[in-house]
Amino acid sequence: MGQQSRFLKIVALLGFIFLYAPIVSLVIFSFNESKLVTVWGGFSTKWYAELFRDPQILEAAWVSIKIALISATLAIVIGTVGSFVLIRFKKFRTKGLLSMMITAPLVMPEVIIGLSLLLLFVAMQGLIGWPGGRGMMTIIIAHSTFGAAYAAVVIQSRLVDMDLSIEEAAQDLGAKPVRVFFDVTLPVIAPALLSGWLLVFTLSLDDLVIASFVSGPGASTLPMVVFSKVRLGVSPDVNALATIIIGIVSLGIIAAALQISRSKKHGAER
Amino acid sequence: MSQEETLNGKLPGGAFLGRALHRIGLRGRGLVIAIPVLWLFLFFLLPFLVVAKISLSEAAIARPPYLPLWNWDDGFLNITLNFGNYLFLFDDPLYLSAYIESVKIAAVSTVITLLVGYPMAYLIARAAPDTRNILLMLVILPFWTSFLLRVYAWIGFLKGNGIINNILMKIGLINEPLVMLQTDFAVYIGIVYTYLPFMILPLFANLVKLDQSYLEASADLGARPVTTFFTVTLPLSASGIIAGCMLVFIPAVGEFVIPALLGGPDTLMIGRVLWNEFFSNRDWPIASAVAIVMLVVLVIPIMLLRKAQAAEAEVQ
Repeated sequence: MGQQSRFLKIVALLGFIFLYAPIVSLVIFSFNESKLVTVWGGFSTKWYAELFRDPQILEAAWVSIKIALISATLAIVIGTVGSFVLIRFKKFRTKGLLSMMITAPLVMPEVIIGLSLLLLFVAMQGLIGWPGGRGMMTIIIAHSTFGAAYAAVVIQSRLVDMDLSIEEAAQDLGAKPVRVFFDVTLPVIAPALLSGWLLVFTLSLDDLVIASFVSGPGASTLPMVVFSKVRLGVSPDVNALATIIIGIVSLGIIAAALQISRSKKHGAER
Repeated sequence: MSQEETLNGKLPGGAFLGRALHRIGLRGRGLVIAIPVLWLFLFFLLPFLVVAKISLSEAAIARPPYLPLWNWDDGFLNITLNFGNYLFLFDDPLYLSAYIESVKIAAVSTVITLLVGYPMAYLIARAAPDTRNILLMLVILPFWTSFLLRVYAWIGFLKGNGIINNILMKIGLINEPLVMLQTDFAVYIGIVYTYLPFMILPLFANLVKLDQSYLEASADLGARPVTTFFTVTLPLSASGIIAGCMLVFIPAVGEFVIPALLGGPDTLMIGRVLWNEFFSNRDWPIASAVAIVMLVVLVIPIMLLRKAQAAEAEVQ
């Protein structure tokens, strides 16, 4: 048994090294004086300065953040209503269809989602003159659609776990279904909405393939700019950008974990 | 949160919004159901029908670059179906070998991901609750950081004067740098690396539910740990294994970024072919046909995944 668990620990340790070594090296070499990304030339923060002087990157970052904010919010609305309908409503005609449509984007290759949406936009443009050119709006529609699928996974599991008796109590006290939803259900599933929102926000901020298909000449997102830079080879300012993103994400995850463990302890004390 | 708090702690805007919806007549289940159904139908299902339609039309130098499938001619509806795009796909060895190559690369990477991920998931599932949460967080954290930048990190690792070559040369294992970047090897590494969390999480969810008494019973009956693993643990985690494998395999088949950044010019994966047909050749009908055939290839894996996930949900 001891031998077996030692073997497991070594494999797991190697696995974690495999997961983290590239991330750590990104961070280390973002502080490298030398332009050669893999040769250490002394400590420097000049690539960060360079990053913040690059108008193309800054503009793309702003476009991406705007898209991610709106997409995440829309995705949560669609995902919440979709999950609620699927979990709480008894049989309805489109239930099977909805359940299929809300999970399928999770396993669909991105190139197919991107191509199909673009062709839809082009066809609609020809038929009804909408959406009137491609750009931020078409990216937002695309991101909220696949984002809704991810949001629904998070929200559905919370809805399933939720204690039904609270909703029933509100109903027995005479609250109408709409009121029960907004006053009882929504506050209870709020943490799931928040984590779903963050998940979609991150996915939207990160998406290259779908955005490349549905975007127009006007709107370049951050991943699109990074991809065209990276294709030409490694560049240290991309490392600096990566370090900033990793820093924000780690802080967020650690804060969330602390919050969860604190509320768990709180719950245990009661 | 106590029950009372939940009842009274209403969202201030909630009641108002509810009343407003009510006033404009938006009530009843039908309208609530309509919101997600219509949105997803319009922006998820309908697009596939458009792709199917365009895959049957003819490419043209026009905007958009394809000929209409039907047109009215003196009051008659003319429909021209063109299966030429599909015939072309099966005629040109490039496409066929790209499909085979994609499935092969995705399958091999899935097996490697399973071999790396299973022990990790097993260890996490067996760890004490506090350690377990930290380890799980460590698995999830890379998933939240940019996928594109994590693939990019491997360029610095694998290239000729990259980190791995520098280390190997310094300790004298090799004299000349190994060619690793722009090979299939780099693509395997990239896929295993980026999709490892997708394998570990469903496996963990399965293994953590495993009833310890089965293992004890097996040990009591004299089975060695290895035998117990292969006759008890492994079969019981089958649906977790299938779910994890399909979550890696399906997106890997259509992967574009990893072969584009880490693969060589001869690493033909079908996602990359589709991308090139669309962006470089501007041949939308062929790109659509490529997408439709890719979907057909993925139907069985997607059905396997759904079955495995349903089985997992049942255990819960």
